Amino acid sequence: MKVRVEVVAMDCLMLRLFDDIDEAHMPWLLAAVQRLRAEFGPGLIDLVPSYTTLMLHYDVQRIGAVQARELIATALENLQPAGEGGGRLHEIPVWYHRQVGPELELLAARSGLSVSQVIERHSGHAYHVFALGFAPGFAYMGLVDPQLAAPRLATPRKRVTRGSVALAERQTATYPQTSPGGWNVLGRTPTALFDRALDGYSLLQPGDRVRFMPVDHAEFLRQGGDDTPLEALA
Amino acid sequence: MSGLLIEQSTPLIQLQDGGRFGVRHLGVSQGGAADWLSMYWANWLLGNALDAAVIEITLGGLGVLIQQDGCLALAGADLAATLDGQALEPWQSFTVRAGQRLRFSHPQQGLRAYLAAPGGFACTPTLGSCSTVSREGLGGLHGEGQALVSGDTLQWPGTAEPRQLPRELIPDLSLKQPLDLVLGAQIGDFSGQSLFDLFNRPWQLDSRADRMGIRLLGPALEYQGAALISEGIPLGAIQVPPDGQPIVLLNDRQTIGGYPRVGALTPEALARLAQAQTGDCVRFRPVLEQQAQARHLQILAGF
Repeated sequence: MKVRVEVVAMDCLMLRLFDDIDEAHMPWLLAAVQRLRAEFGPGLIDLVPSYTTLMLHYDVQRIGAVQARELIATALENLQPAGEGGGRLHEIPVWYHRQVGPELELLAARSGLSVSQVIERHSGHAYHVFALGFAPGFAYMGLVDPQLAAPRLATPRKRVTRGSVALAERQTATYPQTSPGGWNVLGRTPTALFDRALDGYSLLQPGDRVRFMPVDHAEFLRQGGDDTPLEALA
Repeated sequence: MSGLLIEQSTPLIQLQDGGRFGVRHLGVSQGGAADWLSMYWANWLLGNALDAAVIEITLGGLGVLIQQDGCLALAGADLAATLDGQALEPWQSFTVRAGQRLRFSHPQQGLRAYLAAPGGFACTPTLGSCSTVSREGLGGLHGEGQALVSGDTLQWPGTAEPRQLPRELIPDLSLKQPLDLVLGAQIGDFSGQSLFDLFNRPWQLDSRADRMGIRLLGPALEYQGAALISEGIPLGAIQVPPDGQPIVLLNDRQTIGGYPRVGALTPEALARLAQAQTGDCVRFRPVLEQQAQARHLQILAGF
């Protein structure tokens, strides 16, 4: 693995580790994050992982441009991918149903699968969290079974209910807060994803893995889920 | 404990501080005062931490009833501020008495004024910062991302004496000089003509501007590289969407994005841009990373 370091701002460097999206990259990115945090210490302001890159924002009052590169070189020397313990594995309950997942049947029709097969395929894989963005706690996960892959909605919804589980192309995500959104919604989780009372604020962190566990309506409600319908877009 | 009551406000009048750090990998925006230089000077005038919580007043429309005697400071734009009808110039701290009314009407020069109080306005930080990010529902007086509204009461813990910022210390926030742009990111993948245009043409501020970003109007910039995979985006990054019209990304920008970028403005350039109005024109000047760092450290040493 050859890491390219590029200037992106006065106090930010982009570390390019890979060229394509692959779940196998995440343990490497996670290992790099841990090493860089340790090496930069309080001179690190923020470190933003995303699919193939790490953006490193450092404090120029503590660390100069040359020293920053030296610290990066030291941190990445003999890097080994993080093991199973590197990221956490989360099991997230999902009520897959047309009432809260208006694109469930559309996805079935597109893929030539039955609704229950769509649910099986979507929940049958432990996804990797590639990056968080778009909104606090919004985790971009993948990779979704290629047969399920579907483009974003032509017209985004103005309101996608908090907890909605959705997919776009080969990525999947859950909406931490009610917000606009253009992904295909197939169900809803009762689990809180972003809460300032949570340790670390966000349940999902870059490099974590997520398995969606289908639950029925009663169990969804028992866990505090809100079953207010999400309208299908014509 | 002293205090003031907000009697008139707009969604563009918000508590801000230095910004929210250490949580960007969770998708949380940086936030913070758009013109950090003016915020620093407002706080400096009161002997505060330079990034203490201040009121960012964009365009005007703030009316305040002072409830207790004290001293406040004002820096940044001239928004035709008055204290009981008497004109109040920025770049000073000033005595206020209970019952007086402080008003900000409309821009005379610049766009954003910063009102500071001794010890900083009292506010419980959300994820380490008081910065208001409305889109995310984080920060601000009540922690839910709301702008200041009529009826809000703000308090401050300290005391201070009135003073003026010496004229030679007032930062030049005008657009007379070009804005420094640190070359980087995908700049090598733009056409030669686009690089020429970027540094030789004036760029006009579009009305599509907020705390997330400011769109610039000018010749379309042509990106010739491959499609990008989303990656972290720094403060001040200039991204170029497919229509070729660049957008300068500001404090409330999203944390990752997939449009190509030509680099990022320096902190000083961002402070100046934050004071520019729709229709104003800016020019860019390329600087290297280390020149920009040296200049930034020089500015910080001035406080």
